[in-house]
Amino acid sequence: MATVFIPPLMQKLTGGERTVDVEGKNVREVINNLEVLHPGTRERLVDGFKLKPNISVAVDGETTPIGMLEKVGEDSEVHFLPAIGGG
Amino acid sequence: MTTSYESNVVLSTKEYDVVGSRPIRHDGADKVTGSAKYGADTSPTGLIYGKILRSPHAHARIVSIDTNGAEALATTRAIVTGADFTGGDGEKETRDLRESVMATRKVLYKGHPIVGVAATSPHDAEEAIKLIKIEYEILPHVLTAPDAMSKAAPILHEDNRSEYSGDDVPTNVEEYIHHQKGDIAKGFARADVVVEREYNTATVHQGYIEPQNTTVIWGKDGRVRIWCSTQGPFDVRDATAKALGLEESEVVLTPQEIGGGFGGKFDPYGAPVAALLSKKTNRPVKIVMTRSEDLEASGPTPGSFIKVKMGCTKKGELVAAQAYMAYESGAYSGSMISAGTMCVFAPYECENMEVQGFGVFVNKPSTNAYRAPGATNAEFASESVIDELAAKTGIDPVEFRMLNAATEGTRRVDGPVFPTIGLTDVLDSIKNHPHYSAPLEGPNTGRGIAVGWWVNGGGPSSVTININSDGTCSLIEGSPDIGGTRTSISMQAAEVLGIPVEDINPMVVSTDEVGYTAGTGGSRVTFATGMAAHNAAQDVKRQMEKRAAKIWDVNSESVEMTSGVIRSKADNELSMTFKELAAEMNNTGEPIVGRATVDAGGVGSAYCGNIVDLHVDTETGKVNILRFTAVQDVGKAIHPSYVEGQMQGGSVQGIGWALNEEYFMGDDGSMANSTFLDYRIPVANDLPMIDTVIVETANPGHPFGVRGVGEVNIVPPPAAIANAINNAIGVRMNVLPMSPVNIMNNIWRNDG
Repeated sequence: MATVFIPPLMQKLTGGERTVDVEGKNVREVINNLEVLHPGTRERLVDGFKLKPNISVAVDGETTPIGMLEKVGEDSEVHFLPAIGGG
Repeated sequence: MTTSYESNVVLSTKEYDVVGSRPIRHDGADKVTGSAKYGADTSPTGLIYGKILRSPHAHARIVSIDTNGAEALATTRAIVTGADFTGGDGEKETRDLRESVMATRKVLYKGHPIVGVAATSPHDAEEAIKLIKIEYEILPHVLTAPDAMSKAAPILHEDNRSEYSGDDVPTNVEEYIHHQKGDIAKGFARADVVVEREYNTATVHQGYIEPQNTTVIWGKDGRVRIWCSTQGPFDVRDATAKALGLEESEVVLTPQEIGGGFGGKFDPYGAPVAALLSKKTNRPVKIVMTRSEDLEASGPTPGSFIKVKMGCTKKGELVAAQAYMAYESGAYSGSMISAGTMCVFAPYECENMEVQGFGVFVNKPSTNAYRAPGATNAEFASESVIDELAAKTGIDPVEFRMLNAATEGTRRVDGPVFPTIGLTDVLDSIKNHPHYSAPLEGPNTGRGIAVGWWVNGGGPSSVTININSDGTCSLIEGSPDIGGTRTSISMQAAEVLGIPVEDINPMVVSTDEVGYTAGTGGSRVTFATGMAAHNAAQDVKRQMEKRAAKIWDVNSESVEMTSGVIRSKADNELSMTFKELAAEMNNTGEPIVGRATVDAGGVGSAYCGNIVDLHVDTETGKVNILRFTAVQDVGKAIHPSYVEGQMQGGSVQGIGWALNEEYFMGDDGSMANSTFLDYRIPVANDLPMIDTVIVETANPGHPFGVRGVGEVNIVPPPAAIANAINNAIGVRMNVLPMSPVNIMNNIWRNDG
């Protein structure tokens, strides 16, 4: 199972847990399964079928431009981060 | 003082034929002869000129707008207000975009656009603007993030809520971020030495030489055509379409040559207004902002308040790091706080860290990116504290950083783990550079070092390569060329094809003529568009091998192209150069066109370090930079001269941010120094030669190891200079700019 790192501002939804192990072959499945385990988390991350514009996702350390479609491995780390731009 | 010049150094890790060489840039002749066309050079037949009436108040409600006087002028051709922006969806994002382009309800900063006028000349448009009457209800304003977070602060957006202050309370906090790693309390309990300091940094501007400009025709076919100076052709196209209620395909943008951007040219400051003026007049409309308009009403980068507390053991092991960071967002959402929180402790391995960050509305123009946006403020604070910890533990500042340096496998405070990074290589290069051990001479001279990190960017890019029968190629791309990227992209294609880069003719084309390409920012162009060029060249190579096989009537698997020669692996007699095969192309089959699109991942983040020597005049507070060395891990320098140019340019802008530059705000909320006479960016005689050391720790995510070089070099200068000032006169600076006034204040404070 992938390990999802829960941002501090969402940890009240996971009972204070900083990481949660979640099934899923891609980010979409991981978020849907996280919602089953900890209701309310999906709404914090997703708007419709996309990640919210101010959120990006990193799988195994790399921020992915394809968001919900990114593949997740059996031992992957998944981080939800604030979206940033460059200059 | 010894100021001997250490020539620029490239610590190269891998040699190629074209990559790593220093050819003359493709656009060089056009630029040095003045024939290159910049945004304001666009002058279609029938051109008229637009000007924008801007708010004289920092915060006010618009009661009424009377344009009768302006309309009565014979030279006036059209007038638009926010009421003219209609169509499309009514989402908050669109409403905010339109209000930022042209206010209808409230003005949120001095300079906020309210009315656009088109006239037969710029001066006639200015005269018309003087005849427009606007009644305001003036509101109290707020100019800094800490003030705007106070309970008594005037609220800019009544409907704004934040998790920080609760859902029922209007607030100026528009973004709240919290990162944590380990247990911060346990970390500080382990610390033998703790340093806690507060820092304030002023709002600063990118200071590009060419002001914002746009020329627009709303054609009779219903399409809007824009020529402008922009880093993000597709960004400005899309935002203009949204503001006008059009589909993206109804707008086409042709980027012109660009006189600097540094993060400040991604927004459509005048295009939507010029478009509506053009629609009303059936004429092309040009708007060029004055320098004062540009400083007051484009997108400066945020001022900030930062509190940093760090602790280490007697032996120098970092055990706790904590930051509270409040960045100005300006009038609308989008501060640089996200990146700031990511960067503040990124150079260090530390088990226990916590960062809280806030983006806060203030009555200034909406802030924008500026080279490694958010990182310079953050690492000024953390690198100053690191220097104090090194001094208190009696450890050399390079050694202290090396002891705690982030390496592959280090987990950042925001969570992800670093892949291959080059911080220790940068620190090694600093330690071994002759500058670091050169003697300092004279009183009140000092040396400081600092390092900085930036994440860099990837994302989508598109490249097409057309092969000509004379063996040359045209390379079509969508990344405006700011730092020589036409050439750095072409070099990557040339390396694959085994041809001279001079045989490639790169062209930056309109949004109609190239696949979607993200903007020239985030240090991404040589990385991501370069990757697309590499892949497009591979596509050409495959087609050339196939064509040769067809001509020789052999299996294409038996043909290979290396170093610009196509040959049969089975028969030494069968061999053609790239040029020879290109000459046969049109007689032997279809044209050869290579194409590639990428959504570039595998981004390699970057570290930069500085060594700076300076002298402080303790009578006046003036700082003179005596010697400056920039060391940067670039992954692979495709064109070392342009990399050195980026390092030198970023260093100079960092020095300006450190010593001179600031939005000096009056009590009425207006900028008191909105010209380059008073907003002082460094000039050549302020500076010594900036020595560079290019470190190449290859990024495994790019075919040639590129990391991207445009931004991180601005990060360390303020901290390195602050640390050198302390080394020179024993005064710790906690404010940017470290101007003579601020230095004298700190000297006097130290003297009691």
